[in-house]
Amino acid sequence: MPTQTQDTEMHDPTVLQATDGMDFEDDGDGVLDRDRIRVLPGATDTAASFQFEKEDHTLGNALRYIIMKNPDVEFCGYSIPHPSEEKMNLRIQTYDGVNVYTVLEKGLDDLMDMCDIIIDKFTVARDEFDEKLKQAS
Amino acid sequence: MPRPGQEELAQRNRVNVGLETVTNQASTDFPGHWPGENHEWDLGYFRENFKVQFHTNAPLDSSFSLIGIDTSIANAFRRILLAEIPTVAIEYVYMKQNTSIIQDEVLAHRLGLIPLTADRKALSWMKWYKKPTDEDPGSGSPSDYNTLMLTLDKKCEWQEGGLDRAARGETDPERLYKNHNIYARDLEWHKFGQQVEIWGDGEGLRAVHPDILIVKMRPGQEISMQLHAIKGIGQDHAKFSPVATASYRLLPTIDILKPIVSADAKKFARCFPKGVIGLEPVTAEDAKKDPELRGKEGEAKAVVKNAMRDTVSRECLRHPEFADKVKLGRVRNHFIFRVESTGQWNSDELFLESVKLLKIKCQKVRRGLDEMMK
Repeated sequence: MPTQTQDTEMHDPTVLQATDGMDFEDDGDGVLDRDRIRVLPGATDTAASFQFEKEDHTLGNALRYIIMKNPDVEFCGYSIPHPSEEKMNLRIQTYDGVNVYTVLEKGLDDLMDMCDIIIDKFTVARDEFDEKLKQAS
Repeated sequence: MPRPGQEELAQRNRVNVGLETVTNQASTDFPGHWPGENHEWDLGYFRENFKVQFHTNAPLDSSFSLIGIDTSIANAFRRILLAEIPTVAIEYVYMKQNTSIIQDEVLAHRLGLIPLTADRKALSWMKWYKKPTDEDPGSGSPSDYNTLMLTLDKKCEWQEGGLDRAARGETDPERLYKNHNIYARDLEWHKFGQQVEIWGDGEGLRAVHPDILIVKMRPGQEISMQLHAIKGIGQDHAKFSPVATASYRLLPTIDILKPIVSADAKKFARCFPKGVIGLEPVTAEDAKKDPELRGKEGEAKAVVKNAMRDTVSRECLRHPEFADKVKLGRVRNHFIFRVESTGQWNSDELFLESVKLLKIKCQKVRRGLDEMMK
Protein backbone atom coordinates (compact mmCIF):
# COMPACT_ATOMS: atom_id res chain seq x y z
CA MET A 1 0.00 0.00 0.00
CA PRO A 2 1.29 3.49 -0.79
CA THR A 3 0.44 4.73 2.69
CA GLN A 4 2.69 2.10 4.17
CA THR A 5 5.68 3.11 2.13
CA GLN A 6 5.11 6.64 3.34
CA ASP A 7 5.07 5.42 6.91
CA THR A 8 8.46 3.83 6.57
CA GLU A 9 9.84 7.12 5.28
CA MET A 10 8.53 8.92 8.33
CA HIS A 11 10.89 10.98 10.39
CA ASP A 12 12.81 8.99 12.99
CA PRO A 13 12.16 10.76 16.32
CA THR A 14 15.56 9.79 17.70
CA VAL A 15 17.23 11.80 14.96
CA LEU A 16 17.50 15.35 16.21
CA GLN A 17 17.55 18.42 13.97
CA ALA A 18 20.15 21.08 14.47
CA THR A 19 18.92 24.53 13.42
CA ASP A 20 20.68 27.82 12.83
CA GLY A 21 19.67 30.64 15.18
CA MET A 22 16.26 31.20 13.61
CA ASP A 23 13.81 33.42 15.37
CA PHE A 24 10.17 32.41 15.43
CA GLU A 25 6.96 32.97 17.29
CA ASP A 26 6.44 31.03 20.49
CA ASP A 27 3.11 31.84 22.08
CA GLY A 28 2.99 28.83 24.37
CA ASP A 29 -0.66 27.89 24.63
CA GLY A 30 -1.36 27.87 20.88
CA VAL A 31 -4.40 30.16 21.10
CA LEU A 32 -4.63 32.96 18.56
CA ASP A 33 -5.29 36.40 20.02
CA ARG A 34 -8.59 36.77 18.18
CA ASP A 35 -9.87 33.44 19.61
CA ARG A 36 -8.88 34.26 23.16
CA ILE A 37 -12.05 36.04 24.14
CA ARG A 38 -15.60 36.26 22.75
CA VAL A 39 -18.84 37.92 23.78
CA LEU A 40 -21.69 35.56 24.55
CA PRO A 41 -25.09 36.25 22.91
CA GLY A 42 -27.44 38.75 24.56
CA ALA A 43 -24.86 41.40 25.34
CA THR A 44 -25.72 45.08 25.67
CA ASP A 45 -23.47 48.06 26.32
CA THR A 46 -23.96 47.80 30.08
CA ALA A 47 -24.26 44.04 30.54
CA ALA A 48 -22.23 41.34 28.85
CA SER A 49 -20.82 37.87 29.38
CA PHE A 50 -17.36 37.14 28.03
CA GLN A 51 -15.97 33.72 27.32
CA PHE A 52 -12.23 33.29 27.82
CA GLU A 53 -10.40 30.46 26.07
CA LYS A 54 -7.89 28.38 28.09
CA GLU A 55 -8.38 30.35 31.30
CA ASP A 56 -9.50 29.12 34.72
CA HIS A 57 -9.94 30.25 38.33
CA THR A 58 -6.43 31.75 38.27
CA LEU A 59 -7.41 34.65 36.06
CA GLY A 60 -11.17 34.37 36.65
CA ASN A 61 -11.19 35.07 40.36
CA ALA A 62 -8.42 37.67 40.21
CA LEU A 63 -10.21 39.56 37.45
CA ARG A 64 -13.55 39.28 39.23
CA TYR A 65 -12.02 40.85 42.35
CA ILE A 66 -10.42 43.76 40.57
CA ILE A 67 -13.54 44.48 38.48
CA MET A 68 -15.73 44.39 41.59
CA LYS A 69 -13.42 47.09 42.99
CA ASN A 70 -14.72 49.42 40.26
CA PRO A 71 -17.58 51.61 41.60
CA ASP A 72 -19.21 51.73 38.12
CA VAL A 73 -19.83 47.99 38.30
CA GLU A 74 -23.17 46.72 39.54
CA PHE A 75 -22.29 43.03 39.27
CA CYS A 76 -19.32 40.91 38.32
CA GLY A 77 -19.02 37.15 38.58
CA TYR A 78 -17.27 34.30 36.82
CA SER A 79 -17.94 30.62 36.26
CA ILE A 80 -16.39 27.61 34.64
CA PRO A 81 -19.40 26.04 32.90
CA HIS A 82 -17.90 22.59 32.49
CA PRO A 83 -14.73 21.15 34.07
CA SER A 84 -13.64 19.30 30.91
CA GLU A 85 -13.78 22.42 28.73
CA GLU A 86 -10.98 24.93 29.15
CA LYS A 87 -13.36 27.88 29.16
CA MET A 88 -14.13 30.58 31.69
CA ASN A 89 -17.17 32.86 31.57
CA LEU A 90 -17.11 36.33 33.08
CA ARG A 91 -20.30 38.35 33.54
CA ILE A 92 -20.16 42.12 33.99
CA GLN A 93 -23.10 44.45 34.58
CA THR A 94 -22.51 48.15 34.95
CA TYR A 95 -24.52 51.12 36.15
CA ASP A 96 -26.16 53.41 33.58
CA GLY A 97 -24.00 54.88 30.88
CA VAL A 98 -20.85 52.88 31.60
CA ASN A 99 -19.57 50.59 28.88
CA VAL A 100 -18.67 47.04 29.95
CA TYR A 101 -15.71 46.89 27.58
CA THR A 102 -14.01 49.86 29.19
CA VAL A 103 -14.68 48.28 32.58
CA LEU A 104 -13.01 45.04 31.49
CA GLU A 105 -10.09 46.97 30.04
CA LYS A 106 -9.68 48.93 33.26
CA GLY A 107 -9.80 45.70 35.26
CA LEU A 108 -6.98 44.18 33.21
CA ASP A 109 -4.91 47.35 33.46
CA ASP A 110 -5.41 47.57 37.23
CA LEU A 111 -4.39 43.95 37.65
CA MET A 112 -1.22 44.55 35.64
CA ASP A 113 -0.38 47.66 37.71
CA MET A 114 -0.88 45.59 40.84
CA CYS A 115 1.53 42.93 39.55
CA ASP A 116 4.20 45.59 38.97
CA ILE A 117 3.92 46.83 42.55
CA ILE A 118 4.05 43.29 43.94
CA ILE A 119 7.19 42.55 41.92
CA ASP A 120 8.86 45.77 43.13
CA LYS A 121 8.00 45.29 46.78
CA PHE A 122 8.88 41.61 46.76
CA THR A 123 12.26 42.23 45.19
CA VAL A 124 13.09 44.98 47.69
CA ALA A 125 12.02 42.85 50.68
CA ARG A 126 14.03 39.86 49.47
CA ASP A 127 17.17 41.87 48.81
CA GLU A 128 16.94 43.49 52.24
CA PHE A 129 16.46 40.09 53.86
CA ASP A 130 19.40 38.54 52.00
CA GLU A 131 21.57 41.54 52.89
CA LYS A 132 20.67 41.21 56.56
CA LEU A 133 21.49 37.51 56.50
CA LYS A 134 24.85 38.22 54.87
CA GLN A 135 25.74 40.79 57.51
CA ALA A 136 24.69 38.47 60.32
CA SER A 137 26.89 35.62 59.11
CA MET B 1 -12.48 59.76 50.60
CA PRO B 2 -13.67 58.39 53.94
CA ARG B 3 -11.69 55.44 55.21
CA PRO B 4 -12.50 53.41 58.32
CA GLY B 5 -10.08 53.62 61.25
CA GLN B 6 -7.25 51.16 61.82
CA GLU B 7 -9.13 49.34 64.57
CA GLU B 8 -12.27 48.93 62.47
CA LEU B 9 -10.21 47.72 59.51
CA ALA B 10 -8.38 45.18 61.68
CA GLN B 11 -11.71 43.90 62.95
CA ARG B 12 -13.07 43.56 59.42
CA ASN B 13 -9.98 41.66 58.36
CA ARG B 14 -10.30 39.18 61.18
CA VAL B 15 -11.62 35.72 60.41
CA ASN B 16 -13.13 34.38 63.65
CA VAL B 17 -12.31 30.78 64.51
CA GLY B 18 -14.81 29.26 66.92
CA LEU B 19 -14.94 25.78 68.38
CA GLU B 20 -16.94 24.43 65.46
CA THR B 21 -17.54 27.43 63.25
CA VAL B 22 -15.56 29.89 61.21
CA THR B 23 -17.23 33.26 60.69
CA ASN B 24 -16.55 36.48 58.81
CA GLN B 25 -14.67 34.67 56.03
CA ALA B 26 -15.60 36.83 53.04
CA SER B 27 -13.78 40.06 52.26
CA THR B 28 -15.96 43.16 52.18
CA ASP B 29 -13.64 45.77 50.70
CA PHE B 30 -15.84 46.51 47.69
CA PRO B 31 -17.59 49.74 46.70
CA GLY B 32 -21.20 49.71 47.85
CA HIS B 33 -20.70 47.28 50.71
CA TRP B 34 -20.16 49.77 53.51
CA PRO B 35 -22.45 52.84 53.31
CA GLY B 36 -20.56 56.07 52.77
CA GLU B 37 -17.22 54.36 52.23
CA ASN B 38 -15.26 54.28 49.02
CA HIS B 39 -13.45 51.04 48.34
CA GLU B 40 -12.56 51.82 44.76
CA TRP B 41 -9.31 50.28 43.47
CA ASP B 42 -6.61 52.78 44.38
CA LEU B 43 -3.06 52.06 43.23
CA GLY B 44 -1.51 54.56 45.64
CA TYR B 45 -3.39 53.07 48.58
CA PHE B 46 -2.28 49.58 47.56
CA ARG B 47 1.33 50.67 47.17
CA GLU B 48 1.26 52.17 50.66
CA ASN B 49 -0.45 49.26 52.37
CA PHE B 50 0.94 46.19 50.63
CA LYS B 51 3.90 44.69 52.50
CA VAL B 52 6.24 41.74 52.01
CA GLN B 53 8.11 40.15 54.91
CA PHE B 54 10.65 37.39 54.43
CA HIS B 55 11.00 34.59 56.97
CA THR B 56 13.41 32.21 55.24
CA ASN B 57 14.99 32.27 51.82
CA ALA B 58 16.88 29.18 50.74
CA PRO B 59 17.04 28.02 47.11
CA LEU B 60 14.83 25.00 47.77
CA ASP B 61 12.62 26.43 50.50
CA SER B 62 11.47 29.96 51.11
CA SER B 63 8.79 31.46 53.29
CA PHE B 64 7.43 34.98 53.21
CA SER B 65 4.34 36.97 54.12
CA LEU B 66 2.27 39.00 51.70
CA ILE B 67 0.26 41.49 53.72
CA GLY B 68 -2.56 43.54 52.27
CA ILE B 69 -3.70 41.55 49.23
CA ASP B 70 -6.94 39.74 48.57
CA THR B 71 -7.32 35.97 48.62
CA SER B 72 -8.21 35.90 44.91
CA ILE B 73 -4.83 37.42 44.03
CA ALA B 74 -2.78 35.33 46.47
CA ASN B 75 -4.53 32.21 45.22
CA ALA B 76 -3.79 33.13 41.62
CA PHE B 77 -0.07 33.20 42.46
CA ARG B 78 -0.29 29.88 44.27
CA ARG B 79 -2.10 28.27 41.34
CA ILE B 80 0.43 29.63 38.84
CA LEU B 81 3.30 28.36 41.01
CA LEU B 82 1.86 24.86 40.99
CA ALA B 83 0.67 24.51 37.43
CA GLU B 84 1.84 27.17 35.02
CA ILE B 85 5.54 27.91 35.42
CA PRO B 86 7.43 25.95 32.78
CA THR B 87 10.22 23.53 33.60
CA VAL B 88 12.16 20.95 31.65
CA ALA B 89 11.56 17.24 32.27
CA ILE B 90 12.05 13.99 30.39
CA GLU B 91 9.03 13.38 28.18
CA TYR B 92 10.10 10.80 25.57
CA VAL B 93 12.12 7.67 26.25
CA TYR B 94 13.32 5.59 23.30
CA MET B 95 14.35 2.19 24.64
CA LYS B 96 16.92 0.38 22.58
CA GLN B 97 17.51 -2.25 25.21
CA ASN B 98 15.98 -2.94 28.59
CA THR B 99 16.62 -6.35 30.08
CA SER B 100 16.37 -5.05 33.63
CA ILE B 101 13.60 -6.19 35.95
CA ILE B 102 11.67 -2.92 35.59
CA GLN B 103 9.18 -2.83 32.72
CA ASP B 104 9.73 -0.25 29.96
CA GLU B 105 6.74 1.92 30.84
CA VAL B 106 7.49 1.92 34.57
CA LEU B 107 11.12 2.83 33.94
CA ALA B 108 10.07 5.60 31.54
CA HIS B 109 7.72 7.00 34.16
CA ARG B 110 10.46 6.97 36.81
CA LEU B 111 12.80 8.83 34.48
CA GLY B 112 10.16 11.47 33.77
CA LEU B 113 9.81 12.27 37.46
CA ILE B 114 13.52 13.02 38.00
CA PRO B 115 13.93 16.78 38.65
CA LEU B 116 16.47 18.22 36.21
CA THR B 117 18.37 21.45 36.38
CA ALA B 118 20.71 23.51 34.26
CA ASP B 119 21.79 27.07 33.70
CA ARG B 120 18.58 29.18 34.03
CA LYS B 121 19.36 31.49 31.13
CA ALA B 122 19.98 28.58 28.81
CA LEU B 123 16.76 26.87 29.90
CA SER B 124 14.69 30.00 29.35
CA TRP B 125 16.02 30.10 25.79
CA MET B 126 14.22 26.82 25.11
CA LYS B 127 11.01 26.92 23.08
CA TRP B 128 7.89 24.78 23.39
CA TYR B 129 7.91 21.39 21.76
CA LYS B 130 4.79 20.93 19.63
CA LYS B 131 3.43 17.40 19.76
CA PRO B 132 2.98 15.69 16.40
CA THR B 133 -0.48 16.00 14.86
CA ASP B 134 -2.10 14.21 11.94
CA GLU B 135 -2.92 17.46 10.14
CA ASP B 136 0.66 18.73 10.06
CA PRO B 137 3.12 16.06 8.85
CA GLY B 138 6.18 18.18 9.65
CA SER B 139 5.18 18.74 13.27
CA GLY B 140 6.61 17.00 16.27
CA SER B 141 10.19 16.77 15.07
CA PRO B 142 12.64 17.36 17.90
CA SER B 143 15.14 20.15 17.34
CA ASP B 144 17.90 21.83 19.30
CA TYR B 145 15.63 24.70 20.40
CA ASN B 146 12.91 22.47 21.91
CA THR B 147 14.54 19.23 22.98
CA LEU B 148 17.40 18.30 25.26
CA MET B 149 18.86 14.90 24.54
CA LEU B 150 20.15 12.54 27.20
CA THR B 151 21.33 8.97 27.04
CA LEU B 152 21.48 6.21 29.59
CA ASP B 153 23.58 3.22 28.57
CA LYS B 154 24.60 0.82 31.29
CA LYS B 155 25.40 -2.84 31.41
CA CYS B 156 25.76 -4.81 34.63
CA GLU B 157 28.69 -7.23 34.75
CA TRP B 158 30.62 -9.35 37.21
CA GLN B 159 33.54 -7.69 38.92
CA GLU B 160 36.91 -9.27 38.45
CA GLY B 161 36.89 -12.31 40.70
CA GLY B 162 33.32 -11.61 41.67
CA LEU B 163 32.12 -14.97 40.50
CA ASP B 164 34.63 -16.72 42.77
CA ARG B 165 33.64 -14.57 45.71
CA ALA B 166 30.00 -15.42 45.07
CA ALA B 167 30.89 -19.09 45.06
CA ARG B 168 32.57 -18.61 48.44
CA GLY B 169 29.35 -17.19 49.80
CA GLU B 170 29.84 -13.43 49.34
CA THR B 171 26.49 -11.69 49.05
CA ASP B 172 27.41 -8.00 49.10
CA PRO B 173 26.55 -6.67 45.61
CA GLU B 174 29.21 -3.96 45.98
CA ARG B 175 31.87 -6.70 46.00
CA LEU B 176 30.35 -8.78 43.21
CA TYR B 177 29.03 -6.65 40.36
CA LYS B 178 29.77 -3.58 38.29
CA ASN B 179 26.99 -1.10 37.38
CA HIS B 180 24.39 -2.87 39.48
CA ASN B 181 22.88 0.38 40.75
CA ILE B 182 21.96 3.04 38.19
CA TYR B 183 21.56 6.53 39.61
CA ALA B 184 20.27 9.82 38.26
CA ARG B 185 23.89 11.00 37.94
CA ASP B 186 24.43 8.38 35.23
CA LEU B 187 22.21 10.34 32.85
CA GLU B 188 24.44 11.77 30.17
CA TRP B 189 23.52 14.97 28.41
CA HIS B 190 24.55 15.58 24.79
CA LYS B 191 24.27 19.12 23.51
CA PHE B 192 23.81 19.61 19.80
CA GLY B 193 23.20 22.37 17.27
CA GLN B 194 22.71 25.82 18.79
CA GLN B 195 22.83 24.39 22.29
CA VAL B 196 26.64 24.17 22.06
CA GLU B 197 26.84 27.94 21.76
CA ILE B 198 23.94 28.88 24.07
CA TRP B 199 25.03 26.70 26.96
CA GLY B 200 28.69 27.55 26.54
CA ASP B 201 30.92 26.08 29.20
CA GLY B 202 28.36 26.58 31.98
CA GLU B 203 26.86 23.75 33.91
CA GLY B 204 24.92 21.44 31.67
CA LEU B 205 21.67 19.57 32.14
CA ARG B 206 21.82 17.30 35.17
CA ALA B 207 19.68 15.80 37.90
CA VAL B 208 19.09 18.05 40.92
CA HIS B 209 19.68 15.07 43.20
CA PRO B 210 22.37 12.86 41.67
CA ASP B 211 21.69 9.99 44.10
CA ILE B 212 18.19 9.08 42.94
CA LEU B 213 18.22 5.33 42.32
CA ILE B 214 16.67 4.59 38.92
CA VAL B 215 17.11 0.84 38.57
CA LYS B 216 18.99 -2.11 40.09
CA MET B 217 20.51 -4.71 37.80
CA ARG B 218 22.33 -8.04 37.90
CA PRO B 219 25.07 -9.40 35.58
CA GLY B 220 23.83 -9.78 32.02
CA GLN B 221 21.16 -7.14 32.35
CA GLU B 222 21.47 -4.01 30.29
CA ILE B 223 19.68 -0.74 29.65
CA SER B 224 20.27 1.49 26.68
CA MET B 225 18.02 4.38 25.83
CA GLN B 226 17.75 7.87 24.41
CA LEU B 227 15.77 10.39 26.43
CA HIS B 228 14.23 13.64 25.25
CA ALA B 229 13.56 16.36 27.79
CA ILE B 230 11.16 19.13 26.78
CA LYS B 231 9.66 22.24 28.31
CA GLY B 232 6.21 21.78 29.82
CA ILE B 233 3.87 22.99 32.57
CA GLY B 234 2.37 21.37 35.64
CA GLN B 235 -1.11 21.58 34.15
CA ASP B 236 -0.04 18.97 31.60
CA HIS B 237 1.83 16.65 33.98
CA ALA B 238 2.89 17.00 37.63
CA LYS B 239 6.51 16.23 36.68
CA PHE B 240 6.67 19.69 35.07
CA SER B 241 5.58 21.43 38.26
CA PRO B 242 8.48 23.59 39.48
CA VAL B 243 7.55 23.18 43.13
CA ALA B 244 7.40 20.26 45.53
CA THR B 245 4.69 22.33 47.14
CA ALA B 246 3.57 25.93 47.20
CA SER B 247 1.01 26.86 49.81
CA TYR B 248 -0.17 29.69 51.98
CA ARG B 249 -1.91 30.00 55.33
CA LEU B 250 -3.43 32.99 57.06
CA LEU B 251 -1.66 34.52 60.05
CA PRO B 252 -3.27 33.11 63.23
CA THR B 253 -4.29 35.46 66.02
CA ILE B 254 -4.79 34.67 69.71
CA ASP B 255 -6.49 37.25 71.90
CA ILE B 256 -6.44 36.60 75.62
CA LEU B 257 -9.55 38.43 76.83
CA LYS B 258 -9.24 37.70 80.56
CA PRO B 259 -5.99 36.87 82.36
CA ILE B 260 -5.03 33.20 82.62
CA VAL B 261 -2.74 32.58 85.61
CA SER B 262 -0.74 29.96 87.54
CA ALA B 263 -1.69 26.32 86.87
CA ASP B 264 -4.21 27.33 84.23
CA ALA B 265 -1.54 29.31 82.42
CA LYS B 266 0.69 26.23 82.13
CA LYS B 267 -2.22 24.14 80.88
CA PHE B 268 -3.10 26.91 78.42
CA ALA B 269 0.45 26.98 77.05
CA ARG B 270 0.31 23.22 76.53
CA CYS B 271 -2.75 23.66 74.26
CA PHE B 272 -0.50 25.32 71.67
CA PRO B 273 2.69 24.34 69.86
CA LYS B 274 5.96 25.26 71.60
CA GLY B 275 6.84 28.95 71.55
CA VAL B 276 3.35 30.26 70.88
CA ILE B 277 2.36 31.01 74.47
CA GLY B 278 4.86 32.29 77.03
CA LEU B 279 4.62 32.54 80.81
CA GLU B 280 5.45 35.81 82.52
CA PRO B 281 5.18 36.72 86.19
CA VAL B 282 2.29 38.99 87.14
CA THR B 283 3.76 42.40 87.99
CA ALA B 284 2.53 44.78 90.65
CA GLU B 285 1.31 47.05 87.86
CA ASP B 286 -0.81 44.27 86.32
CA ALA B 287 -2.33 43.55 89.73
CA LYS B 288 -3.20 47.21 90.18
CA LYS B 289 -4.85 47.46 86.74
CA ASP B 290 -6.85 44.25 86.73
CA PRO B 291 -8.98 43.36 89.77
CA GLU B 292 -8.79 39.67 88.80
CA LEU B 293 -5.02 39.72 89.27
CA ARG B 294 -5.13 41.36 92.70
CA GLY B 295 -2.96 39.53 95.18
CA LYS B 296 -1.44 37.31 92.49
CA GLU B 297 1.86 39.14 92.02
CA GLY B 298 4.68 36.83 91.05
CA GLU B 299 2.46 34.04 89.73
CA ALA B 300 2.74 32.95 86.09
CA LYS B 301 0.52 34.64 83.51
CA ALA B 302 -0.04 33.40 79.96
CA VAL B 303 1.02 35.81 77.20
CA VAL B 304 1.06 35.40 73.42
CA LYS B 305 4.68 35.18 72.29
CA ASN B 306 4.52 34.16 68.66
CA ALA B 307 1.09 33.63 67.11
CA MET B 308 2.63 32.84 63.71
CA ARG B 309 3.77 29.44 64.96
CA ASP B 310 0.25 28.46 65.98
CA THR B 311 -1.48 25.73 64.00
CA VAL B 312 -4.98 26.87 65.10
CA SER B 313 -5.77 23.43 66.48
CA ARG B 314 -8.54 25.00 68.64
CA GLU B 315 -7.50 22.70 71.52
CA CYS B 316 -7.77 25.56 74.03
CA LEU B 317 -11.45 26.05 73.18
CA ARG B 318 -12.24 22.49 74.26
CA HIS B 319 -11.48 23.34 77.90
CA PRO B 320 -14.37 25.13 79.63
CA GLU B 321 -12.00 27.18 81.82
CA PHE B 322 -10.52 28.87 78.70
CA ALA B 323 -13.61 29.07 76.52
CA ASP B 324 -14.59 32.65 77.41
CA LYS B 325 -11.07 33.86 78.12
CA VAL B 326 -9.57 33.49 74.66
CA LYS B 327 -10.53 34.39 71.11
CA LEU B 328 -8.90 32.69 68.14
CA GLY B 329 -8.83 34.07 64.65
CA ARG B 330 -6.86 34.65 61.49
CA VAL B 331 -5.92 37.78 59.58
CA ARG B 332 -7.69 37.62 56.23
CA ASN B 333 -5.17 39.62 54.25
CA HIS B 334 -1.94 38.25 55.76
CA PHE B 335 -0.73 35.30 53.66
CA ILE B 336 2.22 33.27 54.90
CA PHE B 337 3.51 31.68 51.73
CA ARG B 338 5.77 28.67 51.66
CA VAL B 339 7.41 27.78 48.37
CA GLU B 340 9.54 24.65 48.06
CA SER B 341 11.25 24.45 44.70
CA THR B 342 12.26 21.15 43.11
CA GLY B 343 15.56 22.71 42.07
CA GLN B 344 15.20 24.02 38.54
CA TRP B 345 14.40 27.51 39.85
CA ASN B 346 15.17 29.23 43.13
CA SER B 347 12.10 29.51 45.34
CA ASP B 348 12.09 33.33 45.45
CA GLU B 349 12.52 33.53 41.66
CA LEU B 350 9.55 31.23 41.31
CA PHE B 351 7.25 33.64 43.09
CA LEU B 352 8.45 36.55 40.96
CA GLU B 353 7.87 34.40 37.88
CA SER B 354 4.32 33.67 39.00
CA VAL B 355 3.57 37.40 39.28
CA LYS B 356 5.08 37.96 35.84
CA LEU B 357 2.96 35.15 34.41
CA LEU B 358 -0.24 36.65 35.82
CA LYS B 359 0.70 39.91 34.15
CA ILE B 360 1.37 38.12 30.87
CA LYS B 361 -2.04 36.44 31.14
CA CYS B 362 -3.62 39.89 31.44
CA GLN B 363 -1.62 41.15 28.46
CA LYS B 364 -2.74 38.21 26.34
CA VAL B 365 -6.39 38.78 27.21
CA ARG B 366 -5.92 42.49 26.62
CA ARG B 367 -4.59 41.75 23.14
CA GLY B 368 -7.50 39.40 22.53
CA LEU B 369 -9.94 42.09 23.62
CA ASP B 370 -8.33 44.65 21.29
CA GLU B 371 -8.52 42.13 18.45
CA MET B 372 -12.20 41.49 19.19
CA MET B 373 -13.05 45.20 19.31
CA LYS B 374 -11.57 45.85 15.85
